[in-house]
Amino acid sequence: MTMRVAVTVNGTEYARDVEPRLLLIHFIRDELGLTGSHWGCDTSNCGSCVVWLDATPVKACTVLAAMADGRSVRTVEDLEQDGCLDPVQQGFIECHGLQCGFCTPGMMMTARWLLDRNPDPAEAEIREVLSGLLCRCTGYENIVRSVRWAAEHAADHRGERQ
Amino acid sequence: MTAGFGRMLRKEDQRFVRGMGTYVDDVHLPGMLYGAVLRSPHPHARIASIDTVAAEAHPKVKAVITGETLAGRDLAWMPTLAGDRQAVLATDKVRFQGQEVAFVVAEDHYAARDALELIDVEYEPLPAVADARRALDADAPVVRDDLDLTGNHIFDWESGDAERTDRVFRDAEVTVSQDMLYPRVHPAPLETCGIVADFSKVSGKLTVWATTQAPHAHRTLYSLVVGLPEHKIRVISPDIGGGFGNKVPIYPGYLCAIAGSMITGRPVKWVEDRSENLMSTCFARDFHMRGELAASRDGTIRAVRVTVLADHGAFNGAAQPTKYPAGFFGVFTGSYDLEAAHCKVTAVYTNKAPGGVAYSCSFRITEAVYLVERMVDVLAFELNIDPAELRMRNLLRPEQFPYTCQTGWTYDSGDYPRTLRLAMDMAGYEDLRKEQATERARGHLTGIGVSFFTEAVGAGPRKHMDILGIGMADGVELRVHPTGTAVLRISVQTQGQGHETTFAQIVAEELGLSPDDVEVVHGDTDQTPFGLGTYGSRSTPVSGAATAIVARKVRERARIVAAAMLEVDPEDLEWEGGRWSVKGDPDSGRTVAEIAWAAHSNLELPDGIEGQLDATCVYNPPNLTYPFGAYICVVDVDPGTGKVDVRRFIAVDDCGVRINPMIVEGQVHGGLADGIGMALMESIAFDADGNCLVGSFMDYLLPTSLECPSWELGATVTPSPHHPIGAKGVGESATVGSPPAVVNAVIDALRPYGVRHADMPLTPAQVWRAIQGRPFRTDLAIS
Repeated sequence: MTMRVAVTVNGTEYARDVEPRLLLIHFIRDELGLTGSHWGCDTSNCGSCVVWLDATPVKACTVLAAMADGRSVRTVEDLEQDGCLDPVQQGFIECHGLQCGFCTPGMMMTARWLLDRNPDPAEAEIREVLSGLLCRCTGYENIVRSVRWAAEHAADHRGERQ
Repeated sequence: MTAGFGRMLRKEDQRFVRGMGTYVDDVHLPGMLYGAVLRSPHPHARIASIDTVAAEAHPKVKAVITGETLAGRDLAWMPTLAGDRQAVLATDKVRFQGQEVAFVVAEDHYAARDALELIDVEYEPLPAVADARRALDADAPVVRDDLDLTGNHIFDWESGDAERTDRVFRDAEVTVSQDMLYPRVHPAPLETCGIVADFSKVSGKLTVWATTQAPHAHRTLYSLVVGLPEHKIRVISPDIGGGFGNKVPIYPGYLCAIAGSMITGRPVKWVEDRSENLMSTCFARDFHMRGELAASRDGTIRAVRVTVLADHGAFNGAAQPTKYPAGFFGVFTGSYDLEAAHCKVTAVYTNKAPGGVAYSCSFRITEAVYLVERMVDVLAFELNIDPAELRMRNLLRPEQFPYTCQTGWTYDSGDYPRTLRLAMDMAGYEDLRKEQATERARGHLTGIGVSFFTEAVGAGPRKHMDILGIGMADGVELRVHPTGTAVLRISVQTQGQGHETTFAQIVAEELGLSPDDVEVVHGDTDQTPFGLGTYGSRSTPVSGAATAIVARKVRERARIVAAAMLEVDPEDLEWEGGRWSVKGDPDSGRTVAEIAWAAHSNLELPDGIEGQLDATCVYNPPNLTYPFGAYICVVDVDPGTGKVDVRRFIAVDDCGVRINPMIVEGQVHGGLADGIGMALMESIAFDADGNCLVGSFMDYLLPTSLECPSWELGATVTPSPHHPIGAKGVGESATVGSPPAVVNAVIDALRPYGVRHADMPLTPAQVWRAIQGRPFRTDLAIS
């Protein structure tokens, strides 16, 4: 049994016939071939699969593709705009906010969501917001610094984009 | 630009921040099928029958593989890296919960999982042994009857001088003893283990994309196990989502996927889920230790004696050099000047998953450092001496290096007191102690924990260290193109350590090139020279050394070519500022790029130089490197709940010369988080029947951004005298050194209650119980 699911992903509309049980993370990765979002745990603990559903970060390993029908999804592939990295992406490079890179897309999508709501978050708020995601490489310190870098350089990057 | 060593942003980040990395699960081949493993629900059971008819009838299923199928190809068992054998798919009985029983190959992942439900296995459950301390009992169930064993004993291994140690203990003024457990933990990289196997019946070539830290070792093993000639096997290790030792061994699922591809003629992908990762792949530790120290009343530590019961699970799958069945636990003498030392390790089989050496452990130095650093604190407790002061009194002195310890390891270099002093200054140690006294008077539990570690990394001298008979030396190849850019091919495999950046920096430093002009190729056995891979912090000590040496070979070839260009004798040239120039005439200098062009041109070269600058090197390290460090942890404990908050963590690491300090610090950060995880929350526990109680990240807790403080890092630099650039390994230092600092801090906080020890993980429940005077065993379910 399949069902028709239509989802706008990173601004492009996709319609696929899929099994009702298909997870959103598998829809994104296997049906659409967008492999930037990762699968890591199945239990909503690690956050490697975080994407935005409409404007909210969700763990795509515990969302059905069918639940995204008629809605929009944003993934890590959409962070770079017109050849210009999002300040969050640049911050992760500048502050060594990643090592193996596996958790990084989820971290960056969550950080972008935070900065859109609070452009100048304190370290404690950054740690709170990222506490639903796991990283085994960095000990989080440089991820926090990366988000701070993005906050401090938001203006430069907006200028570059225009 | 001729920047070599120093802070440099990572090259690999450009693809990772765009979501453009290529991990094994991102590999998609035309016609690819998907595998899934059926696992045993029983810790110990005889298999009466396996009925696969219904599964095979599933419309999307292409093959169902059992142990019987594999036995027909002589693949039902595989050798382990410790010289034992492990069932690929169980034929006779299952020996741990989660063991591989059958493998389904189907058109998609979901169908493969569905078909697992259709396989009917009839088990006859057997009594299981889950408690290592019961494994040697006369009435304990025998795990390995396939080897005709009548008990669960694997090996006894000793190190040091028992008689001399006993003598020191007999006449010592003070002795202390403490039982302690280093619980079974798991590396749990965020990317689980997986493979895409593609066997071509036409060419007879097997290509695998696999999550492996050691692609060349895997190729050799696949050849030996599967029976394919080695030149017909290509192992590609693309981007790896963390390894920490989890991705060193070969797992049954890999061989099932290979068999599945050989049977179906199509590529087969298998990626384990998180439960499979935690329950069946290489765990770490599970060392039940008794430590003893002999000392003088003034606090001079004279000898250490250790007995260990090592739980290796159902198969001896510990991955370490052949001659070291207990890994490098022999460095349990730590950082101190002792008169004598002895340890005895007894290893046993249990009905638990196989493994033991993983999780950034430097071949069990993690256990050794925990043992000795906990014991020093126990002695400090007994003698009522400040633990930092006690360490300072006993640390090796700089003039004693190179120092051969009582178990025969020769520490290459160190200035330990300087490093500990720096950590104490950064922490404000004396003030912290005053604050602690004030807080205690007010009923607040603050603890200050100190640890000092010495690591032994960079295996190894090939005469002493091998994996399955293959000496642990690494090859590199360096080519310099006509236009002066270079490509370096290395055998070691990054899992996030940033090799594409740091190895380019080594070449750049040696040849005066820009690191941007050096491409590092790795992770593909068809494109790189042989070497044994990345684990035990060996990349920089071994392949890093090989890289410096091969670059120097290129530099010497460049000197001969430059001499021909300048029409002088090579002896008249000097290397200065990244150029070969005539002595006293810097303007005559030629860069390596200019020389490379000439080396490819029709310039007449002296006899013996055919042209080009390319070189190769195989590096056989003369000794391990011995990084060290001093860590101080400050915790606050809630006496009402037992909850521990890590307030501060000060880490001073000495890993010799730092190629890229930014990356070194990142490595240390990650290891410190590991330490908090192991000390406070991580444990793979079992119930008395052998049921694994940890099947997901809901049960196996990892530290998050909230449990980790903002790390305070310091550095001292004592170069390794035998490494070409003076570097030592650092990837595991913090994982090795930090757990005892955290535990020592928590126990220190509980001083008002007279607590001398409690086993990891120091969960709120365990701390609360310790306060009540009855800490429990953390490896078994609470009964």
